[in-house]
Amino acid sequence: MKVLVPVKRVVDYNVKVRVRSDNSGVDLNGVKMAINPFDEIAVEEAVRLRENQLASEVIVVSCGSAASQETLRTALAMGADRAILVESDAELQPLAVARLLKAVADREQPGLVICGKQAIDDDANQTGQMLAALMGVGQATFASRLVVEGSAIQVTREVDGGLETLALKLPAVVTADLRLNEPRYATLPNIMKAKKKPLEALPAASLGVDIAPRLRHGRHEEPAPRKGGVKVADVAELVGKLKNEAKVI
Amino acid sequence: MKTLVIAEHDNTRLAGATRHAVTAAALLGGEVELLVAGDNCGAVVDEAARVAGVSRVIRVEAPFYRDLLAENLAALVLSLVQLKLYGNVLAGSSAWGKNLAPRIAALLDVAQVSDVVKISGRGCYQRPIYAGNVLVGVESDEAVQVLTVRTTAFDSAGDVAVDGAPAPVEVAEAGPDLGLSTLLRREISRSERPELGAAKIVVSGGRGLGNGDNYQRVLTPLADRLGAALGASRAAVDAGYVPNDYQVGQTGKIVAPGLYVAVGISGAIQHLAGMKDSGVIVAINKDPDAPIFQVADYGLVADLFEAVPALTATL
Repeated sequence: MKVLVPVKRVVDYNVKVRVRSDNSGVDLNGVKMAINPFDEIAVEEAVRLRENQLASEVIVVSCGSAASQETLRTALAMGADRAILVESDAELQPLAVARLLKAVADREQPGLVICGKQAIDDDANQTGQMLAALMGVGQATFASRLVVEGSAIQVTREVDGGLETLALKLPAVVTADLRLNEPRYATLPNIMKAKKKPLEALPAASLGVDIAPRLRHGRHEEPAPRKGGVKVADVAELVGKLKNEAKVI
Repeated sequence: MKTLVIAEHDNTRLAGATRHAVTAAALLGGEVELLVAGDNCGAVVDEAARVAGVSRVIRVEAPFYRDLLAENLAALVLSLVQLKLYGNVLAGSSAWGKNLAPRIAALLDVAQVSDVVKISGRGCYQRPIYAGNVLVGVESDEAVQVLTVRTTAFDSAGDVAVDGAPAPVEVAEAGPDLGLSTLLRREISRSERPELGAAKIVVSGGRGLGNGDNYQRVLTPLADRLGAALGASRAAVDAGYVPNDYQVGQTGKIVAPGLYVAVGISGAIQHLAGMKDSGVIVAINKDPDAPIFQVADYGLVADLFEAVPALTATL
């Protein structure tokens, strides 16, 4: 069974982003970029499946500019077998990415697709669910545990109030939550090896799907910061403030 | 243009998120209809019909809607939108709504807007990106607007007056059973406490508590005294002090209670993203430089193991 893992190049999670002075977007000049952390977890899960002989090949795919090759190399260094770059310099919104991934899935026929549950830049949390819909297969989002059993999977999901476990027929789309696994660090020898692994670049236009943006993004702004509060000396003062000043208890 | 709000429920009660979505739906103009799909969910239908602002309840029952799984539900919503020409489809941005809405949008071949915090009119929204560090205006001309709405940004719709008429209920036909997924089990924490997402007061604990026993021993009495829900930072959840559903933050629950008490929480960006819209924030931490103090209205630099029991005793 092939496992397809879509990965996205995003601003590193440690970076505090700034809005451009003309409010037209976020200033990404010179900002450190990295693989989306949830996608890293998805790659790790897929690689473990192959290591446990439950998958035959792990294919990572990224939709974006040539710079996304770097993200794909990171995934290859973690243990993915080969990579596909669906290259486009245009803005790609979740529905467009889902369509491109559907075209790649039609070609590769994966038994399982593992995505990150959301990208930490646009926080949309849509692509995996949209891909499952376009493929006409089942979905298990926010996964914290994945068990492959023949032509089916059992997935434990993190939901409001606790956990739920689903059984799905394969093929299916799973999206990874934080506690699915702890991704490995790529070792230097594996980083070197990854440079020789196959990376195929496909122009997005060659896949024949409509990728025009549907949503227009207008004014970007930083939310009003909370006003700095005060430090209280002790518990008695705290209780006094909560009762008499804030009146919340 | 009519709006269809999809009800989240457990066949017994309507989830709080749905009432917030009804309030958001009213801002789009036009009538608001509430879809209750389930199995033996008459109690939810009755509750839904009494929610103020709902003009009609669409009731669809079949055994394969019992667990409200996304595949069959999305297929049903697609057919309802085509049949009844809804212009907008909304759900609360709970884990359930986030799972469902993109699948519906893709079937309808439209873009979806996630986590809407402001509606200026149909097709004109604001939503947070980058863990809530940026708010962006989003415009959409899609024929059907599919949105998930952040529950903390819209009030909860109440009930119609006791002597007011409930909304009419229309029974609609079930869609197909696609048989793509099955629920094996749910492990839902049962608690006498208020629901974390809807509580007026939240007491939240972080790594400073050291372990799960300390978390319970120190925070439970305070939460009991305040009638508060209990929450946690990602670090505390990852360390196994409490289950995942306690997590407040970018990837956990987004809360905005009147009072948020952060105990032993340093205040990582992803945690702040989940609670910075709270009315009053109290931080108790022994590290005076912890970032949580930058957002706290009242900060107490102290050993939590002394300060929290003292606070509980004083209240």
